[in-house]
Amino acid sequence: MTGKVWALVCAGALVAGLAGCSSSDGAGSGGKVTLTYAYWDEENQGAAMRKIVEEFTKTHPEIEVKLQFTPNKEYWTKLQTAAAGGTAPDVFWMNGPRIGLYASQGALLPLSDRIAKDKLDLGKYPKSLVDLYTLDGKQYGIPKDFDTIGLWYNKDLFDAAGVKYPDASWTWDDVRDAAKKLTDPAKGVHGIGAMAWPQELYYNTIFQAGGYVISDDRKKSGYDDPATIEGLKFWKDLLDRKLSPTVQQMTDNDPIEMFKSGKLAMWYDGSYDAAQYNKTEGLNADVAPLPAGPKGKATVIHGLANVIYAKTKHPEQAWEFLRFLGSEQANRIQAESGAVIPAYEGLQDSWVKSMPKLNLQAFIDQLPDARPYPVSKNTAAWARPETDAITKAFSEGQDVEAVARAFAATMNAALSQEK
Amino acid sequence: MSTVGRAAARAAARPATRRRLRDRDWVWGYAMIAPLVLGLGVFYLWPVVQSVYYSFTEWTLFGDATWIGLRNYAEVFTDPANARALRNTFVYGALSLLGIPLSIAVAALLGTRGLKLVSLYRTLYFLPVVTMPAAVAMIWTWLYNGDYGLVDYLLSLVGVQGTSWIANPSTALYALVAVGVWTQIGYNAVIFMAGLQAIPRHLYEAASIDGAGRVRQFFRVTLPLLSPSVFFVSVLSVINGLQMFDLVYLMLRRGNPAREDTQTVVSLFFTRAFEEGAKGYAAAMAVVLMAITLLLTVVQFRVQKRWVHYA
Repeated sequence: MTGKVWALVCAGALVAGLAGCSSSDGAGSGGKVTLTYAYWDEENQGAAMRKIVEEFTKTHPEIEVKLQFTPNKEYWTKLQTAAAGGTAPDVFWMNGPRIGLYASQGALLPLSDRIAKDKLDLGKYPKSLVDLYTLDGKQYGIPKDFDTIGLWYNKDLFDAAGVKYPDASWTWDDVRDAAKKLTDPAKGVHGIGAMAWPQELYYNTIFQAGGYVISDDRKKSGYDDPATIEGLKFWKDLLDRKLSPTVQQMTDNDPIEMFKSGKLAMWYDGSYDAAQYNKTEGLNADVAPLPAGPKGKATVIHGLANVIYAKTKHPEQAWEFLRFLGSEQANRIQAESGAVIPAYEGLQDSWVKSMPKLNLQAFIDQLPDARPYPVSKNTAAWARPETDAITKAFSEGQDVEAVARAFAATMNAALSQEK
Repeated sequence: MSTVGRAAARAAARPATRRRLRDRDWVWGYAMIAPLVLGLGVFYLWPVVQSVYYSFTEWTLFGDATWIGLRNYAEVFTDPANARALRNTFVYGALSLLGIPLSIAVAALLGTRGLKLVSLYRTLYFLPVVTMPAAVAMIWTWLYNGDYGLVDYLLSLVGVQGTSWIANPSTALYALVAVGVWTQIGYNAVIFMAGLQAIPRHLYEAASIDGAGRVRQFFRVTLPLLSPSVFFVSVLSVINGLQMFDLVYLMLRRGNPAREDTQTVVSLFFTRAFEEGAKGYAAAMAVVLMAITLLLTVVQFRVQKRWVHYA
């Protein structure tokens, strides 16, 4: 019986292998070139991606673009395996934590020469994003969009508790006071969700407390700095006072869903989730700039870029497509879909107007206080242990300071292995 | 002379014919097993050889592998995360043996004479085996939910305070083991049912004539004669338990506080190799796990001589 199973597995693997080989051939019939473009957000951005490809094909009928969607959870592992095997998509989405690794290991096509030759103006994109995708003086990506974090709040819950809506003048104290008034254990409502998510939550408060995640030269962890620890304690305090569901509860029930269903009155989340809050039936929510901490205002800014695979068979066509992705026209399509804030200068307004019932301007107004998303060459080597450590620190009965200091040593060890 | 010559010719011819025949048999035999052997070689054996080779190299994400000797192994044996993962893995392996008595009970019940709807029950018990692990993980994630889960609801009916089973570091490991055992029961039960049916009826008749009751019959006749099946299932269960990955990967989402306490060697291997890009190091982990698995299986084969009865 096992023999039959083996045989089936092997036969199946053979078939899959053959299919895999035949589908990766880039050149289609009649001299038409086929490019593959990979992305990970279908729910919010799939429609905009299809529209962009459609527009591109109108002016470039000789290039066919195949969209390849992979859910975020598998995107990087799949991409890594494909890139190691020489079969990655021609053009794909890239993010800050991964750019260092991909660029330094030669997986991406350097774009600087082509940018100079075609006189592409990178000044049209926010400088912090252009810099994020520059390594050793070479440009590897064209910014696609950007995001900042805001304080989302449920207006119905605020009205019911008689609490004033958040605005730009709010500080940490206002959050604490409001969370206390809004928490109603009888109804299962908590004032705020203190989940151990870096970009949306604790990176912001670390910056607001005057701390840092990684030093400017990217060689040292900031987790043993008292200001950094203060930024973490802001959340721990809310958890200890039961003004937030426990980390365990928010592991079982996604806090985004909890906010949507009125179980959380306040919730720190990025501009990229605005579209889903906007279309959630029965959710009467809005967004305000993040409240200021002891050392003033701060929000994390991060943005994606489009990049070209170093071993693409069609670098010229890929570059044509990349230029179009970075163009005003493609950015406008993204803006109007409301999915993300487009990176191209002057288009933020059309994004803000795409969801009139939300105060999306709050995300744009925070740009002067925006701090780049902390990365190093191999961010993945410490980002995962970081989430594990801070999640642990936020769990019941744990000492934030001790966990953070212990993690600083782990992170420093990982950083010292980067070359 | 002629007779002698003929006999000699016959004697000489015989082995030749036989050899020719045998040659042809060999060709056919190999032709028949070729698909299997090739498949095994290409998809199982060659990767094993490669893994062993890469375990001695530093193999970065997209770069080439460079030989670094035993350095990966030195790190594998000193990293505390590996020790923790190995401990968790042993717990999975050991507790997966709990499935055996359960499966025997299920097999015995399904074999009860006069049981109605027997094929329905068989299907129900076998269903988890052929269900996609992703679906199994999703359903159990809901059942285990600390606020709305069915498990906690049922416990509340008998006055027990539940928990967030897979988010609680002290329960998550065991909650996953339970799902693993649950998915295996159907498969094991099929093997045990076959084993039970192979036991000759007359042995029971003889035992009852000798005055053995049902319990005694079970322990003195059924169990010894079922021992080859028990052995087979226990070897498979331990190997499966040591390779625990899918449920850990699928059921513990980002930011789960129980992650460190449920990490297995294979899930840690996946993290190192495919998320952090340390493929040479991960290969060394895989080789160590293979050695441990092999060792445990050898021990099982040695010990079986003491308790397995082949009829």
